[in-house]
Amino acid sequence: MKKSKAFWGYLAFALVIYAVVQGMLASGMLDLYYQNMLITICINVMLAVSLHIVIGVTGQFSIGHAGFMAVGAYISAICTMKLGLPFIVGIILAGIVAAVAGLLVGVPSLRLKGDYLAIATLGFAEIIRIVFLNVDYVGGAAGMVVNHATTWTYAFVGVVITIMVISNFTNSRHGRGCLAIREDEIAADAMGINTTYYKVVAFVIGSLFAGVAGALYAHNFYIIQPTAFNFLKSFEILIYIVLGGLGSLSGSVMAAIFLTAISQYLQAFPETRMIIYSVVLIIVMLYRPTGLMGTKELKDLFKVKNRGGSEA
Amino acid sequence: MLQVNNIDVFYGNIHALKNISLEVNEGEIVTLIGANGAGKTTLLKTLSGLLKPKQGTITYKMQQIGGKPAQAIVKSGISHVPEGRRVFANMSVEENLELGAFLRKDRDGIKKDLDHVFELFPRLKERRKQLSGTLSGGEQQMLAMGRAIMARPNLLLLDEPSMGLAPLIVQQIFEIIQTINKEGTTILLVEQNAHMALSIADRAYVIETGKIVLSGTAKELQESEEVKAAYLGGV
Repeated sequence: MKKSKAFWGYLAFALVIYAVVQGMLASGMLDLYYQNMLITICINVMLAVSLHIVIGVTGQFSIGHAGFMAVGAYISAICTMKLGLPFIVGIILAGIVAAVAGLLVGVPSLRLKGDYLAIATLGFAEIIRIVFLNVDYVGGAAGMVVNHATTWTYAFVGVVITIMVISNFTNSRHGRGCLAIREDEIAADAMGINTTYYKVVAFVIGSLFAGVAGALYAHNFYIIQPTAFNFLKSFEILIYIVLGGLGSLSGSVMAAIFLTAISQYLQAFPETRMIIYSVVLIIVMLYRPTGLMGTKELKDLFKVKNRGGSEA
Repeated sequence: MLQVNNIDVFYGNIHALKNISLEVNEGEIVTLIGANGAGKTTLLKTLSGLLKPKQGTITYKMQQIGGKPAQAIVKSGISHVPEGRRVFANMSVEENLELGAFLRKDRDGIKKDLDHVFELFPRLKERRKQLSGTLSGGEQQMLAMGRAIMARPNLLLLDEPSMGLAPLIVQQIFEIIQTINKEGTTILLVEQNAHMALSIADRAYVIETGKIVLSGTAKELQESEEVKAAYLGGV
């Protein structure tokens, strides 16, 4: 009962945002530049949330997320450009193939812990990128031309589904199992939680949505090249969730929106862009060392306020 | 109830447990005492499935459990309170206890056991919404034990419940161990605090560098000259 209430509340909130933005787009208040920025924000939010389930919830430090995004991007591009399938089919296949890739990478590498896992996932992501770089079918280093098909609606629906699935997972019994692994793997094992299974499940779900985000990304920029999915992209996604607060879904969403917006505005100053971006990161981490939200969610903040109010 | 026959456990090349055999009967408190690095924790971890024996058999209620995954062993009724408590620090007391019942599906039974744990440990009830990382050491030990009880075990494996706790708290913890035992849970207790452990146990084993060197009733061992000299600090 309580859960379904939150679900409908969330859906209504999403609809309101959608209606407002759609209205602004239709009336011309937001031009193409802003529309493009909104799509980029949506894609980055999806990437951040999909990595959040791996690092924030399950505590497995993976820094190869761009690899799964690349799988999704290329698979969807092959579907639409080479095989002539509709875009939506491309998106779904991108998610499925990326999830399979996540399974193949996750099963052997999730036996590793901490730094070792980070290096292994980084390595896998580079392997994926180099495979695409050397396959002529997808254009090699020159990249692959892709039609523009991603609209604001596609991107927004993608974000809503991603957040819904991942927050439901986190609040479920399975999600609590994953949280227990993050907190203490040995204790989780001793409780009878199948730690390997849950780590792989979280990794596969994360890869799936990274693949979908990759598909949306591919159909937004007219061309995809392997260099777009190098380890810098993985770090960019990692920065969103660290800055948002590891373990906080709303934090990672806010950080992704915030940093994407900053980085878009700073494109007007190409020389100093990365310097300003880095300074912003340093300042935030100095003053909020556990990220913007710590492990808290937005609704926790309201709860505390309400409690304080009733006591006063 | 539990029978361990000639098991050998290795960490890579290190031979940690050598040909260990022991037995725990239904309703007993059995204690395993020994110094640092003797292999006490290794033995418990092997029993609960966190480590796999290379040789030998572990039989629990007529079933082979040696080498089975931990979740299968928890399901069969063995619950492990790991060394150093290992509570889920960023979760509330209540959430920790709920995770103890992770493999159970009977909601009503879980609720009943939750109340039962709060009866055993009133302190936990007071702090049910508090993050467990902010509890004191003794409270965390109580939480770790409560969490293990939530799996409704027949056999409870306790790894050094007295570690790092004040003598008064240790006494409380040991009283609760006896209560849990009287309620029908068999207990295998690993301890460095031999004096306390022997005072509540029915039988005991002494482990030294991976081998069982002595065994007998707790009373016999309390009076044994070797144990007195090595573990009880008497002459």
